[in-house]
Amino acid sequence: MIPGEISVDHVSKAYPQYFKLTAGFKSFLFHLPSALDSMRHAHFEALHDISFTVAPGESLGIIGHNGAGKSTMLSLLAGVMLPSEGKVSTSGRIAPVLELGAGFHPDLSGEENVILNAVILGLTRQEALERLNDIVAFSELGEFIHQPIRTYSSGMLVRLGFSVAVHTKPDILLVDEVLAVGDADFQKKSRQRILDLRRHGVSMVLVSHAMETVRAVCDRAIWIEHGRVRATGPVGEVVDAYESGK
Amino acid sequence: MTATSGRAERAVWFSDLVRELTRKELKVRYRNSFLGYVWSVASPAAQALVYFFAFKVIVRIAVDDYGLFLIAGLFTWQWFVNSLTVCTSIFLFNASLIKKVAFPRQALPLASVLNDGIHFALSLPVIAVVAAAYGVWPQLSWLYGLPILVCLQFLLILGFGLLVSSVNLFFRDLERLVTILLSIVFYATPVIYRMDMVPERFRILLFLNPMTPLVVNYQNLLLHGTFQWEMAGLSLFYGVIWLGIGWWVFSHLRWRFAEAL
Repeated sequence: MIPGEISVDHVSKAYPQYFKLTAGFKSFLFHLPSALDSMRHAHFEALHDISFTVAPGESLGIIGHNGAGKSTMLSLLAGVMLPSEGKVSTSGRIAPVLELGAGFHPDLSGEENVILNAVILGLTRQEALERLNDIVAFSELGEFIHQPIRTYSSGMLVRLGFSVAVHTKPDILLVDEVLAVGDADFQKKSRQRILDLRRHGVSMVLVSHAMETVRAVCDRAIWIEHGRVRATGPVGEVVDAYESGK
Repeated sequence: MTATSGRAERAVWFSDLVRELTRKELKVRYRNSFLGYVWSVASPAAQALVYFFAFKVIVRIAVDDYGLFLIAGLFTWQWFVNSLTVCTSIFLFNASLIKKVAFPRQALPLASVLNDGIHFALSLPVIAVVAAAYGVWPQLSWLYGLPILVCLQFLLILGFGLLVSSVNLFFRDLERLVTILLSIVFYATPVIYRMDMVPERFRILLFLNPMTPLVVNYQNLLLHGTFQWEMAGLSLFYGVIWLGIGWWVFSHLRWRFAEAL
């Protein structure tokens, strides 16, 4: 596979309903028969028989109502879950531009968090240090970068998280609603950055409820409803169908 | 890129990842450098004082150099408790990362156990000072004995850490259970009493507790300078067994972490 390629082949995803378990040993043992039964049979099917491919440099939008299975699809693409059936293949480094700043520690400085976050996202320490200046410059945090990030505003945090994610030399970007990052200027800059990356062959999957964003950013779209593909094709057609179907 | 160079690259990355996660915790704890250090030894030291008063002054336990004896056991025990307590909720605590980023999850408990191990190693000079106060000077056997014991203890704690961190995602009340079990196992470990005070028929039971051979070995090494190889052998046995169990459970559950969170 070429870096940036994604292939999702007849993928289904079902999982047990864990709440019986996560209520704890105590309740599990007290309700043993029903708990075992629900583990065995009460599988929740989040996705059913999904197939699509994304070529390097291409951008796919995933749309659908809440609970349709979009997040599960992102989790499968990110490689944090395995499909129950079918195969998900991705090639190259994946940068999750989702929940920016996950794993940041409030007592560490912006700079220290950048290194830590970049390493978690797959860079070696050496690579992270090499990109540090670019990341800091892009985030426009200036001298604040040496302050503990608990002093940051939420906008500053998101800017820093975004900067790290787009500087990890990704081949695939997984984006979740966060294109609206920071103020108008920074939003423009972050969109520009994503366009630049795509010109260099980085592919992107965007999950969003903001149809204008999907239209503006994606080439193709896939509409998922109740875990199944309802429509797929050029972005204009799918978004039109989705909006009129509402 | 060949397969081997890819694997080498991944190994470098994994060690960087563990190092950065460990460094993060150390930085946070030692930010106010001296105070951070004081706090990490204050808790076992305070416990030692309390036990000393209760058992030496009041109960008049017949253990020589009791203060040193207590410190040797309590500092060791502290590492075990700290790591297990942190590990139990470590995946829950890092839920947003687990759900979004596909990094090797074992790096989290590994870094946490390393972090507490470094604290333990840093507290060894305090033990040496207490030993000197009891007229025990650093022995040649400490040079090889302490590193060996630290490594053996690391294996054991990492095994338990992997086990409790993984299981806790599915049974969220494990945290309470761990707290209760730890307080029971503490009294089943010869920290405040000596092994030979235990009635013969219970001694075997005490050795089912994997912390027993470690604590006994630390005590003898620090008080008398003797390193017990047969105890170390038993510790190695427990370390390998529990690391095996921990890894087995972890590797069977890890793909379900993101689902259960």
